[in-house]
Amino acid sequence: MATQDNATNDIEQPVGLELRGGALAFGDRAVFNNLDLDIPAGQTTCLLGPSGVGKSSLLRLIAGISPEATARRLLASDGRPIAGRIAYMDQRDLLLPWLSVMGNVTLGARLRNEVPDRHQAEALLQRVGLEGEADAMPAALSGGMRQRAALARTLMEDRAIVLMDEPFSAVDALTRLRLQDLAAELLAGRTILLITHDPLEALRLGHRILVLRGDPATLSPVLEPGGQPPRPADDPALHGQAAGILRDLAG
Amino acid sequence: MQTAARTIITLAVLLAGWQVLVWVTGVEFFILPGPWRVLQSLADNVELIGRHAAITLLEIVLGLICGSALGVLSAIALSWFPVARRWLLPLLVVAQAIPVFALAPVLVLWLGYGLASKVMMASLIIFFPVTTAFLDGLRRTEPGWLDLAHTMTGPGGRQERWAQLRYIRIPAALPALASGLRVAAAVAPIGAVVGEWVGSSAGLGYLMLHANGRMQIDLLFAALFVLAAMAVTLFFSLDWLLRRLLPWQPDSLPTE
Repeated sequence: MATQDNATNDIEQPVGLELRGGALAFGDRAVFNNLDLDIPAGQTTCLLGPSGVGKSSLLRLIAGISPEATARRLLASDGRPIAGRIAYMDQRDLLLPWLSVMGNVTLGARLRNEVPDRHQAEALLQRVGLEGEADAMPAALSGGMRQRAALARTLMEDRAIVLMDEPFSAVDALTRLRLQDLAAELLAGRTILLITHDPLEALRLGHRILVLRGDPATLSPVLEPGGQPPRPADDPALHGQAAGILRDLAG
Repeated sequence: MQTAARTIITLAVLLAGWQVLVWVTGVEFFILPGPWRVLQSLADNVELIGRHAAITLLEIVLGLICGSALGVLSAIALSWFPVARRWLLPLLVVAQAIPVFALAPVLVLWLGYGLASKVMMASLIIFFPVTTAFLDGLRRTEPGWLDLAHTMTGPGGRQERWAQLRYIRIPAALPALASGLRVAAAVAPIGAVVGEWVGSSAGLGYLMLHANGRMQIDLLFAALFVLAAMAVTLFFSLDWLLRRLLPWQPDSLPTE
């Protein structure tokens, strides 16, 4: 799959990510403290955890959009800063309602005062299954289509590192499975940190799975499901592992 | 179509009520003329009323343009400079509590009996609702959009702020600005007419005062009718225009 479109999959050398001494506190309560996280290059790392444990805060810290959380050291594996090398995808599509799908997909270029590459945007819209919807307004799209547009916007940024915060949690189950396959296909080869509350999603998409829990929260040992994602949703082994993770999360 | 029918029925009922009131109370025509008499006066004085109405309309439109432009610029400046916000925002809130009408005599004193004092009056009364509504909109940008924009530009200081303002904050605040402009369109005629009452030699406000002094109450009502029609037309044209320009604005209260 990584062969057909040079412009999207042939990115700069994949880079990993290393975080040292991540900390977040609200008043006296430390949500997490002195947290270390390594994300290997070119792989999908899934982060699971109960709600309120600070998963999103951790992701936002890496994305540079958390005013509260701090890190002693946050660098790409090549030793350079990561600002400007990440793309961010939220569980809400965050499409601007006054812009067409095309306008939303090319938003980053306009914000950076660059000329948007419409051909590239059209190619990406086709790959996420939104060909012919370039001029549609977001309000006219279904939830699944909106999230596809958000995925196209994320791909359009063409960044080495992609941070995703429960990107498929707001759509119905069937749409979610399709979006997972699509994302796994289109983002292959990039370094991905994916936050999810769904163990099955983590098991389908992740090369590695981490669990964040406790008070203050710490990262659990890594689970590596083996094989290449996206793994089939009807694999019984996956469901067995998912049940195990759920027990782990509850315990 | 239904809306039009409803408007006509409402109007007819109001006019009939007015006529009935005049019949039942037997009130003198120089106290409260009936609608028919007002209509006749309107027909007889159509040129006179038209001439004064054109002046008032000009004052209202110029006031709307000046006041709105000033309000938009102030809101953007206040959102851009935190220092300006800290110092001027409390002032703005206090200034809003001053009845602008009380300033009308001073404005006439300073700017004369002509167009300028009325345009200034209308601008002043428009300025506050437009500024506060737009500033409110600029401050309440969905944080997720700004976060997304930040990951796209990277930390870029002033250039990043400018891009966010231009591509996200301002468009996102346009529905709030539209609310401010609707209020402005509703109050602008008040400003112009109050200005005319205080001191002028032309305009519908002047004509009404003049007619009142000479017991031409039917003419007064005819002028009032034209003023109301103008204000209503202005409001609904602006409303229509704003809806066309901002089709994404959520409207959860269906009109039909």
